[in-house]
Amino acid sequence: MEHADPVPPIISVENLEHRYGDFTAVDTISFTVKKGEIFSFLGPNGAGKSTVINILITLLARQKGTAVVAGYDVTAQPQQVRESIGIVFQDITLDRDMTVRETLEFHGRLYNMPVSERRARIDELLKLVQLDTKRDELTKRLSGGMKRRLEIARGLMTRPKILFLDEPTIGLDPQTRMRMWEYIKNVNNEGTTIFLTTHYMDEADQLSDRISIIDHGKIVITGTSGELKNTLGRDLIYLETDNNDAAVRILKDVAAVRDVRIKSGGFVLTVHEDGTKILPSLIDTLRKNGIEISTINLKKPTMDDVFVHYTGKELRDEGAAPARAMHLQPRGR
Amino acid sequence: MAYGFFTIFWRDMIRFVRFKTLLVSSLLQPALWMAFFGIAMSSNFDKLTAGLPVPAGAHVVGYLTFMGAGIIAMTTLFTSLFSGIVILFDKNWGLMREILASPTDRNQIILGIALSGVTKSFIQAVIIMAFGIAIGAAFFAGFTPVQTAIGVAGILAFVALFALGFLFLSAAIAISMESPEGLQGIMTLLTMPIFFASNALYPIDTFPEILKIISIYNPLTLLINGIRYFAIGPDFVAMGKHYAITQGDVLLSFAGLIVFAAIMFAFAYWRFGKAVVT
Repeated sequence: MEHADPVPPIISVENLEHRYGDFTAVDTISFTVKKGEIFSFLGPNGAGKSTVINILITLLARQKGTAVVAGYDVTAQPQQVRESIGIVFQDITLDRDMTVRETLEFHGRLYNMPVSERRARIDELLKLVQLDTKRDELTKRLSGGMKRRLEIARGLMTRPKILFLDEPTIGLDPQTRMRMWEYIKNVNNEGTTIFLTTHYMDEADQLSDRISIIDHGKIVITGTSGELKNTLGRDLIYLETDNNDAAVRILKDVAAVRDVRIKSGGFVLTVHEDGTKILPSLIDTLRKNGIEISTINLKKPTMDDVFVHYTGKELRDEGAAPARAMHLQPRGR
Repeated sequence: MAYGFFTIFWRDMIRFVRFKTLLVSSLLQPALWMAFFGIAMSSNFDKLTAGLPVPAGAHVVGYLTFMGAGIIAMTTLFTSLFSGIVILFDKNWGLMREILASPTDRNQIILGIALSGVTKSFIQAVIIMAFGIAIGAAFFAGFTPVQTAIGVAGILAFVALFALGFLFLSAAIAISMESPEGLQGIMTLLTMPIFFASNALYPIDTFPEILKIISIYNPLTLLINGIRYFAIGPDFVAMGKHYAITQGDVLLSFAGLIVFAAIMFAFAYWRFGKAVVT
């Protein structure tokens, strides 16, 4: 047996594959989620994130590969899987005509919680997500952020081992998103493993212990936010000169430079070493060759840089629309 | 998880009581039918049929009483057929996912939906019956309290089976559909022939042969047979026609509804098994 990893996986997926007709939504992916961590799937809409989640929460029948959640096989023991997890779906899934309390009550009943435990848990959770004053309000009268908080409370109702969050902050304003992250972190601190999907860089970056970048149904890379950024080198240096072509040719051969990418008007160097230390020598080298520098910018790689590097595209909301439609289509069959 | 169905039932009942406008409007249509069509037609029919001979032992009932039974059945038909819309909304707005992803067994979900549907139909049938009596329908006329109790129980048993059948049909169609408009279209298309090719408003024996066969096996006709037997009695004359209903006839109608409900259950079970809600 393996001894390398002291924390046992709470989710392990091997060679999972899922097709909608000819379209391969999930293409033989494998990954593990460690007990107690916040694990993110970062990728554009249509990348296959929701398909994976739907298989893990037993709503979608597994086609190929294995998926074990909380120690139970999703196909052989769906009932046990369901009892071990909490889910916050991508779209709001509240009955508009039930009150906040009834929503939680209904959920507790669905999961067969005893009355006394149900009541105590509702009180506790409404305080946690700060909805205790909205107890008897119909859910249709709640703001978007409140609805999301109520859904998170609902997902936590049964004290699940794992909480699945499918795009938890989609469509929320920046302040509400930050607050939501706090709630999610609090929940995680209390011992719940979190599996979340997102197409927001900052969300994956700030919230997660580990991130898998997923694109076209495949996991491109997995690691902590720091690890992923480090794969791009220590720093990114952006330069504009009076002779970019010559500058690129010269800098390519400098030992500390790992990679050069041409941008409009200038170019970006990815460097192995501390950028602030090697920048003076780079400037000297260019000067000696008679090249004048007009602009310098030094920055640490961000999640955006990582994403662009590994998927070859910027992640933008508007570009995601057609892919999303493609994902929804198979529902009809 | 043997009580999972109760959770579904509980939620449905909360919604039912909360939407008083929906309840009132679902009762308004049958009430209007009885108040306008019923009273208007009975003032004509009762005059036309007044001179016809009456067999010994049978009692004559007015048109309002005759069609009142049909209207109780119609209320059940409409309520059950349109109950699937809730499933469609749940499916489209996501609550269905919460339910399906929970450990509650799917059979329990079906049972819960069925139970709440039947309960709603019971409530409506009783209200319409009371309304009918209030405006002059001679339901349970001359019955002893025990006979009346048996009558109400018999009617509810028929209503329950019939409601289940159409509930399952409605649920099966709803789970396969994408839009409420489409469902509404199908339901509207179904209600007209079911209602008019039945004995709700008139006797069916003088129908042309094909229409008559359809009407005899129409579940609505079977339901109305039961309601008339239990609300009016086994032997009566209405619209100049002598109705002599034996216990065998009633049992046959009841058996027909059992078969109907069973087929619809199988249909719904099959459609739900295929349904992927993600």
